[in-house]
Amino acid sequence: MNAPDLKLVADSTRAAGVSRFHESARAQVAGTATYIDDIPEVRGTLHAAPVCSPIAHGKLKGLDASAALVLPGVQGFVSAADIPGDPILAAFGHDEPVFAQDKVLFIGQVGGLILADDAMTARRAARLVKWDIETLPPVLTPQEAHAAQSYVLPPVHVKRGDAAAALARAPHTLEGRFEVGGQEHLYLEGQIAYVLPLEQNQWWVYSSTQHPGEVQHWVSHVLGLHNHAVKVECRRMGGGFGGKETQAGHLAVWAAVAAQKLKRPVKLRLDRDDDFMITGKRHPFAYSYQVGFDDSGLLCGLKLEMLANCGFSADLSGPVADRAIFHADNAYFLEDVAVSSYRCKTNTQSHTAFRGFGGPQGVIVIERIMSDIARHLGLDALDVRLRNLYGIENRNVTHYQMQVEDNILEPLMTTLAQTSRYRERHEAIAEWNASSSVIKRGIALTPVKFGISFTATLFNQAGALVHVYTDGSVQVNHGGTEMGQGLNTKVAAIVADELGVPFERVLSTASDTSKVPNASATAASSGTDLNGRAAQFAARNVRDNLASFVAGLDGCGAGAVRFVNGQIISPSKTRQWEDVVGAAYANRIQLWSDGFYRTPKIHYDKVTMLGRPFYYFSYGAACTEVAIDTLTGEYRVVAVDILHDVGQSINPAIDIGQIEGAFVQGMGWLTTEQLVWNNKGYLQTHAPSTYKIPATGDVPEHFKVALWPEPNREDNVFGSKAVGEPPFMLGISVYEALRDAVAQAGGQPDAMNAPATAEEVLRAVQGF
Amino acid sequence: MKPQTSGQTLRFVRRGETVTLNHVAPDRTLLDVLREDLHLSATKEGCGEGDCGACTVVLGELVDGQLRHRAINSCIRMAHSVDGMAVYTAEDIAAPTGELHPAQEAMVQCHGSQCGFCTPGFVMSLFGMYQNTDKGQGITREQAQVDLSGNLCRCTGYRPILDAAQQMGDLPLPAGCAVDVGATVAALKALKKKPAADTPYLRPTTLSALLQARAARPKAQVVAGCTDVGLWVTKQHKRFEQVLDVTAARELQRVETYKHHIAIGAAVSLTDAFAALVKERPQLKTFSQRFAGLPVRNSGTLGGNVANGSPIGDSMPLLIALGASVVLMRWKKTAAGGEIAHRELRLEDLYTGYRTNVMRPDELVAWIKVPRPTQDEKLAVYKISKRFDDDISAICLAIRLEIAGGVVRSASIGAGGVAATPARARHTEAALLGQPWTEDTVMAAMDTLRGEFQPISDMRASAAYRHTVLGNLLRRFWLESQGQQAINLEQLNGLKSLEVTA
Repeated sequence: MNAPDLKLVADSTRAAGVSRFHESARAQVAGTATYIDDIPEVRGTLHAAPVCSPIAHGKLKGLDASAALVLPGVQGFVSAADIPGDPILAAFGHDEPVFAQDKVLFIGQVGGLILADDAMTARRAARLVKWDIETLPPVLTPQEAHAAQSYVLPPVHVKRGDAAAALARAPHTLEGRFEVGGQEHLYLEGQIAYVLPLEQNQWWVYSSTQHPGEVQHWVSHVLGLHNHAVKVECRRMGGGFGGKETQAGHLAVWAAVAAQKLKRPVKLRLDRDDDFMITGKRHPFAYSYQVGFDDSGLLCGLKLEMLANCGFSADLSGPVADRAIFHADNAYFLEDVAVSSYRCKTNTQSHTAFRGFGGPQGVIVIERIMSDIARHLGLDALDVRLRNLYGIENRNVTHYQMQVEDNILEPLMTTLAQTSRYRERHEAIAEWNASSSVIKRGIALTPVKFGISFTATLFNQAGALVHVYTDGSVQVNHGGTEMGQGLNTKVAAIVADELGVPFERVLSTASDTSKVPNASATAASSGTDLNGRAAQFAARNVRDNLASFVAGLDGCGAGAVRFVNGQIISPSKTRQWEDVVGAAYANRIQLWSDGFYRTPKIHYDKVTMLGRPFYYFSYGAACTEVAIDTLTGEYRVVAVDILHDVGQSINPAIDIGQIEGAFVQGMGWLTTEQLVWNNKGYLQTHAPSTYKIPATGDVPEHFKVALWPEPNREDNVFGSKAVGEPPFMLGISVYEALRDAVAQAGGQPDAMNAPATAEEVLRAVQGF
Repeated sequence: MKPQTSGQTLRFVRRGETVTLNHVAPDRTLLDVLREDLHLSATKEGCGEGDCGACTVVLGELVDGQLRHRAINSCIRMAHSVDGMAVYTAEDIAAPTGELHPAQEAMVQCHGSQCGFCTPGFVMSLFGMYQNTDKGQGITREQAQVDLSGNLCRCTGYRPILDAAQQMGDLPLPAGCAVDVGATVAALKALKKKPAADTPYLRPTTLSALLQARAARPKAQVVAGCTDVGLWVTKQHKRFEQVLDVTAARELQRVETYKHHIAIGAAVSLTDAFAALVKERPQLKTFSQRFAGLPVRNSGTLGGNVANGSPIGDSMPLLIALGASVVLMRWKKTAAGGEIAHRELRLEDLYTGYRTNVMRPDELVAWIKVPRPTQDEKLAVYKISKRFDDDISAICLAIRLEIAGGVVRSASIGAGGVAATPARARHTEAALLGQPWTEDTVMAAMDTLRGEFQPISDMRASAAYRHTVLGNLLRRFWLESQGQQAINLEQLNGLKSLEVTA
């Protein structure tokens, strides 16, 4: 059990470093925390429903909404013809029409919206809109797309040394081919936008989004307005996981087009099935590789080809596929390596950001390879992994030429191996399996090394505002968004400590493009690193103003004034925070400030992919034991031990929550979460009835998480490290444990794709 | 809101006060009434199909004069079905001072909410557990997993929520938080009224009234727990001018025990029906817990599952193997006015094809009769699904054999997920009947079983997998009959790691 020590909360004089409750927890459990669908509706609000293409690929000749428009309660229909600005979204590749025009490119593509007095009427009417489509053959797999050289973006190749020569001289070689499925975000709050027309062609957009700035940009682009005419607000999301980075923007744009045509407020809340059918998912990948190694399992050459199924448009596929390249090493030094990455265009949803952002699709390849080498040589997989780790003094430069300066992989993995008793259990399992006819166990210990920073260097900037009011209360606003990860709780703690006031004195407020402009997406695990630092700087400016004021009163240097426990202490006098704030206001001292932060040290060449894309790395490892049923392929996760590096934790309970949640989500990706498209390109698993994320019963009782006890070696806010994405990749230990069990059952672990459903496990065990 | 169909008055008790709503359409969901009509936004819609639990609320109902609490999915529950009950949502259970209920406070203290969107649903499932235990005392982790299996969380990984379930019993119950049973019972009794004869949503309280209503309204949509028909409303956007709800018919709310069989009324919830089946056959406990999630089992009925005849309904293979029969009833006009007519058929004879059956338009499923266990009975039911809990099976196989003197004396095998309807494996039964119970017999029967059905490939599993596993499950049955322990992960739930220090 990981229940934090609650006594710490009461005793601490600092806000950071202790397990404070999520700032919204009490409201959430009472049902009073407001999500966008809970905002009281403005008079005249219309409800929208999307009109979705029933065909995966074809020429669009027309849309006929006449049958829908006569339904009582229906108020209108909008489509591409109603767009006042650019009919193409301001997306990365400028390749996504707002509403389908001339052609349809996947089943679920939105051709327009029906507006009605209530959501059910709108949804009922949307199905009455007739599509006139001349059907064309769809491309449904990345292999088909690759064969046809159909890409959303050009291929990328990254090389070091001479992989072909290294493979030619390697004592052993293995070849492999496998596929890893995509993943639906299944945020519990579905996508939603609520658009209110204001005076003088100005707009107020409530959007459940990780990137309010982009929503603002897209809405103004499509309405043909300047950015300043659109304000986007998001107090919180009911989960994001990357799925509300670009995808949320589409909804806001659609609703805005409808609101400007009908001159009414418009709310668009997607039904869950529509959400599945319309929005992009984690990119499915297909791989082929050749790897060379010596008798000790040391790698000496890797050729890797990765096909990313991007769907019909580029969206974020470029940086996602790039991050897969950057993480194809995971924890290991690849000396002679050639990676080719193809961004395949298919007639499916446009796949998008999802926790890890291509990193998991890179890491899983090399982890598979490590286990396969070990099995090939009859070695323990942990030994092969340790043998190939990055070095400290040498063998410490990545295939993209970044030096790994903060490597803690070996001590972290060996510590976990000891605490989880990996080696003893490995032996005990082999013995147990020998006498168990039907059930077989497996175990794996896998690491993660994850690069922290947006690979798009420009996004590594953030702003914040700290306001101190005359009663001493503090409000902080920053460019990040709260999606449950506890960002606002951490930022409030940072500001509280910077000002030396109790945590409860600081209130975090809704993300709002009219407060902090041009903010980056809350993504890439960087929310606290960027926004926490910007808020710290904003608070420091206010503190400096107050310190100078007190220094003037007491005739001391400003540096001698301390801020602790709600008191401001100079060498000669101790005052209450509120008293100083009141006096400072009376003396016309500025009690609010902005703060701005940009991540230092990072740079890289976008063409060669060489440089230092990451400020630092986050590390972790997981040891997982599973049991499989060789008659059915069913399995259970028996025990999980995790040791993870969050630097100096700003909130241990929140960090543990991120680690546990990410692990279980990663486990889901590789086990039960199977997306099935049929041969027409129709997504058959489009609701939680058919798409199965982990439930309470899938989590083992033995599920232990420990934190690595060392601050970030780089100068990051309060010594912390990013935590959102890295532990997601620890779920790979479940997949490798299942493959170990399959091997112990005499099956073919090489034949096992992901997700490893019961069917996939049984196929690897007995073939059929 | 402008309902297109005529509505009627709905009354329920909330926080001890009677809520009255006029003109509520017969096909309006409880969730829409809460969120849109009453502006109570604590209860969330996550999926609109009863699979995620974000919409969980607790109902309080008078059962034999006692107040009974059950967590249910409000998103697929017809609002009028809670007429005369008490409804609790996450905004109702804290003390008037704002002090949180232990089900809420434990979630805060254990860090059980992250994004918070699933949280009100979890809180209400916890509240249901709290009411159905001694103030949350003695809840094991295993019990918490079972009772929370219908609530999905995408953020936490569940550990803190399971902790909260186990710890809420240790927290004090603030003054004003406790359910005032006396006042609620009084309020519910005051709400009791004679059912009106001609309303769009009709919920007769007697069997004869129900059957007469059915005869009078052949076009009315019949619902029991509505856990499937609810999706016709939310997902297929169907509208019902008239709904006939069977669940208030007193006679059908009972489980009756006879010498050779038990009879389960069509209004009995899956929770209570499974409890009756497990009482007779304890080995069905895990299967009963894997049937949907608790909120669905609390609303849904065995009668509805059977009448629906969905090929993926998990109860039918089991009932077929048990030799269950259904009693169909209708109102027959006579010179004296009328009387109840009935007929009984074996469950497998009810179905004629995909969601089609032999029922007359004026007939209703009234009872399910399940034979009681015999001394020589060997029974197992195997469910194969992607996820262990709250999933629809790719394959469901129920096998009941009577073996005496080493010979198979009777065999009944029900299979789901292998054909357009739940089916009886007659060829396999024939291959076993009268044969010695040996590995050779089983090997031959495995081939027969695999050859007996031509399952399809779909998103749950491929035909090849279903084909292979069908035979393997018979093999598992054989191995278990030979006393092999620990060969079924279902029984190994809670399997401990080897060599792990606690």
